[in-house]
Amino acid sequence: MADELDAVAVRAMLLQVCTRMIENTDRLTEADQAVGDGDHGIGMRRGFTAARDKLEALEPASVAEVFKTVGTAVMAQTGGASGAVFGTLYRAGATACGDHALDAATFLAFLEQGLAAVQKRGGAVPGAKTMIDALAPAAEAARAAQADGLAAMIRAAADAAQQGVQASRDMIATTGKARTLGERSLGHPDPGAISMQIQLAAMQDYVAGQRED
Amino acid sequence: MQRVKKILNDTADVVAETVEGLVLASDGTTRLMDGHRVIVRQPSAREAGRKGKVGLLVGGGSGHEPLFSGLVGQGLADAAVCGNVFAAPSPDAIAAATQDIDDGAGVLYVYGNYAGDVMNFDMGAELAGDEDITVRNVRVRDDVAAAPKERIDDRRGIAGDLFVVKIAGSACESCDTLDEAWRITAKAEANTRSIGVAVSAGSIPETGKPTFELGDDEIEIGMGAHGEPGVSRQKIGPADAVVDQMMAALLPDLPFERGCEVALLINNLGASTMMELLIANRRIRHCLDQAGVGVHRTEIGHFLTTQEMAGYSITLLKLDDELKHHLDAPARSVAYSRG
Repeated sequence: MADELDAVAVRAMLLQVCTRMIENTDRLTEADQAVGDGDHGIGMRRGFTAARDKLEALEPASVAEVFKTVGTAVMAQTGGASGAVFGTLYRAGATACGDHALDAATFLAFLEQGLAAVQKRGGAVPGAKTMIDALAPAAEAARAAQADGLAAMIRAAADAAQQGVQASRDMIATTGKARTLGERSLGHPDPGAISMQIQLAAMQDYVAGQRED
Repeated sequence: MQRVKKILNDTADVVAETVEGLVLASDGTTRLMDGHRVIVRQPSAREAGRKGKVGLLVGGGSGHEPLFSGLVGQGLADAAVCGNVFAAPSPDAIAAATQDIDDGAGVLYVYGNYAGDVMNFDMGAELAGDEDITVRNVRVRDDVAAAPKERIDDRRGIAGDLFVVKIAGSACESCDTLDEAWRITAKAEANTRSIGVAVSAGSIPETGKPTFELGDDEIEIGMGAHGEPGVSRQKIGPADAVVDQMMAALLPDLPFERGCEVALLINNLGASTMMELLIANRRIRHCLDQAGVGVHRTEIGHFLTTQEMAGYSITLLKLDDELKHHLDAPARSVAYSRG
């Protein structure tokens, strides 16, 4: 594949993210019922359905516009902490992209600036059993894979996010609705981390599919 | 699992239809803002000839009716922002509501202390700040079961929202400045403590599934308003024993010391009977008598519900003359009319 994606390709990639999130509604609901109030799946479905509808109607002029479209729709329609967090992530991504195409450097900036924005917004740190426990290792892995090009970087980020989801099983929730559980949250992965991982895996699958073409 | 039995239309429309029904129930005293699920007082304070009133904006996830939407009215909130079921409202709706009710004196936000609400209201306030509107927050943290006292900022807001909004409503009607309304409201919040007991789960209409599972012979003390796990799951016991256990957690927390006077709220989480709440009240009063605590006002009923969740919460607000004055001031809304 080319080592960068233009706005139309990024739109297709994020449409795949939306589809994958909508497909995983029940899985996310069940994960959230174990540690929270069980609304994460339907919230994500609502937000990413709105994002999909906006993307389908969009004739993107820039990569930044594609990210911003997703962030704004997710923020307005998801509600709750998830809407604020994932909306902030994609809107920060828009800032990171500027008027560039999506290459390895901009993808890294998306993850790192997104992470910084989410941490600033929610005040959560790594290890608190949140989506940050998938996003932070993903950003770190992406930085380590900087020289390997966009496809390898997204794969490394998605793999690291998957490991982050597993690691979140051993964490005790100290923020969000799950924090009341304390030690009873042990053994269950964080639903927000699962969502982050699903999104990165969808991006990876899109990029891998491009390569086969 | 079978869907919980409920009379609904399309479950995707529950919030929109609830809000519509609530506005109609207000008999013309509220309206829905264009393009947002925000309920606004009608006529607004400004339309009614008041100039420069401090605005009061409340809100949170839907599914807890009659709060928060039912507290929009005279002597109460100027607007309520309604999120999806159990999910905080979005920043754009919060900002739009803030702009709608601001009359130059600024806007006070009162909402429950949940991560999602804090983030979304903060983002809404930042958007409103771009329009030069001053915003201050009081986040309700009354649930003593949610975290130890040393970590009070980790506590959630439950039925104590009612008292804090009531006092904020009166303060925002009568104070000249946002800072003064904030001071009184923050004092009310600091003096409010609650604890709940869950008997059975509520469900999210869109999934049709209960938010937690509880055995037929079990109750859970300290369960959150969304079914967040509490502090003690146990076999169901006699009402007096359950109340004693709850009061033992509640009284020393503030503390409510001998000789003080409180407002008491027994809030139905949804599906409990009035009989159970009245039986609890009898024992609560016994406990308060034993502790030397007087009751200035009692509220019993459905205020902050969680769908068909069964159980109740007990809230105590420690009063001084100023708080008593604002608690007793007249108020008119769908959910709360006194004075």
